[in-house]
Amino acid sequence: MIDAINNSLFSPIGEDGMIGILLILNGLKVTLIVTFFAMLLGAVLGIGTTFMKMSSKWYIRFPANLYVGVIRGTPVVVQLVILYFIVLSALDVDKITAAIIAFGLNSGAYISEIIRAGIQAVDKDQTEAARSLGLSQTMTMKSIILPQAIKNILPALGNEFIVLLKETAVIGFIGGVDLMRAGEIIRSRTFEDSVPLFTCALIYLFLTYSFTFVLSKFEKRLKQSD
Amino acid sequence: MIKITNLHKNFGDNHVLKGISEHIRQGEVVSVIGPSGSGKSTFLRCINLLEQPSQGDIEIEGQLITAPNACVDKLRQKVGMVFQNFNLFPHKTVMQNIILAPISLKLMTPAQAEVKALDLLAQVGLSDKANAYPASLSGGQKQRVAIARALAMEPDLMLFDEPTSALDPEMVGDVLDVMKDLALKGMTMVIVTHEMGFARDVSDRVIFMDGGYVVESSPPDALFSHPKEARTQAFLSKVLRAG
Repeated sequence: MIDAINNSLFSPIGEDGMIGILLILNGLKVTLIVTFFAMLLGAVLGIGTTFMKMSSKWYIRFPANLYVGVIRGTPVVVQLVILYFIVLSALDVDKITAAIIAFGLNSGAYISEIIRAGIQAVDKDQTEAARSLGLSQTMTMKSIILPQAIKNILPALGNEFIVLLKETAVIGFIGGVDLMRAGEIIRSRTFEDSVPLFTCALIYLFLTYSFTFVLSKFEKRLKQSD
Repeated sequence: MIKITNLHKNFGDNHVLKGISEHIRQGEVVSVIGPSGSGKSTFLRCINLLEQPSQGDIEIEGQLITAPNACVDKLRQKVGMVFQNFNLFPHKTVMQNIILAPISLKLMTPAQAEVKALDLLAQVGLSDKANAYPASLSGGQKQRVAIARALAMEPDLMLFDEPTSALDPEMVGDVLDVMKDLALKGMTMVIVTHEMGFARDVSDRVIFMDGGYVVESSPPDALFSHPKEARTQAFLSKVLRAG
């Protein structure tokens, strides 16, 4: 056991002399960078898509619905591979950027659904009350609907972040070295299976658990005015 | 003040209002009574265009609000509405609920709006609740805040959509007292209600609706004591016996 840990994590692996644990930490960095920026991109796309979907004009709604439909209907790993090897192949885009774009596009579709559901969960009586006071549609959205919708949206957005973090484990498909891929490299070079894989799993678990913990604290604070 | 001519409303195949013409004068208090599904609430909601009439004209203070280019938001600033389920904004305090519209619409400065709000809260007997959130109020208190919120816009006309139907019986009196007070001050009011005693005491006129029509429209004493139409008689004999 000690030997296995030593071999796979604290000794040079392969000819480049890389230490296993450093490879894993670099992979973790990639995982976090991709997750974070994909989430940001997803939030922007998600907000834009939501507003497009609420438009009264079909030619604005249509592309938004198509986007969400296609993304939700295909596996993220397929989207990632198509984006990197086909769509972006002519442009000299590095793997991390490609992964951010792919996961951002993916996340945007889900986030738009989260925002839409959050807005729709606010009782339509609230709109009527605001409009009956003479507030415009935009004012009603801004002062009445969105502040209430945000309480529905934020917890679901936290979940989306966790899902996204785990989904980035397929970055290896385009040759990017994330946390999962780092574990795989160690496994293939040292022929130690358990230590690198469980190390990866524990790190994922630690990240999602701590994030869930922070989120639940935050949710409690949001509920205070209820 | 309000002139309604041949008002129709369809929800799909459901013909809810079948040609209503009414004239409501400045300062008049009109109660609308009738069985469930008779179109009372739809009629009321058409007056501030929460429901778009399918056909017919509504004129308020000389303005044809059913015209295609009518400014609906401006109209609604002058027409207060009180809902059955209060519809307070749960994420805002009582004070914020009341001052939101006058400030957002730049009709008052925040300082003016707050003075006005405190005055209104005193009128409805809730001066101590200015900083409370709606969730901590009883139904009757919520409804009185909702009335204060509508009054903060200084409306010329107030619409009440079954304002006491969602309240516990012991809360009804407080809300009715506030409305009575408002009627005495000369506010033009249209009230959809099941409170027959209140309709009788406070209204200048009572409208009985059934099946999408106005069946009878008379001063309260005449309507309650000597209903002319058979359907009015049947309805009243049921609700008055129950009450």
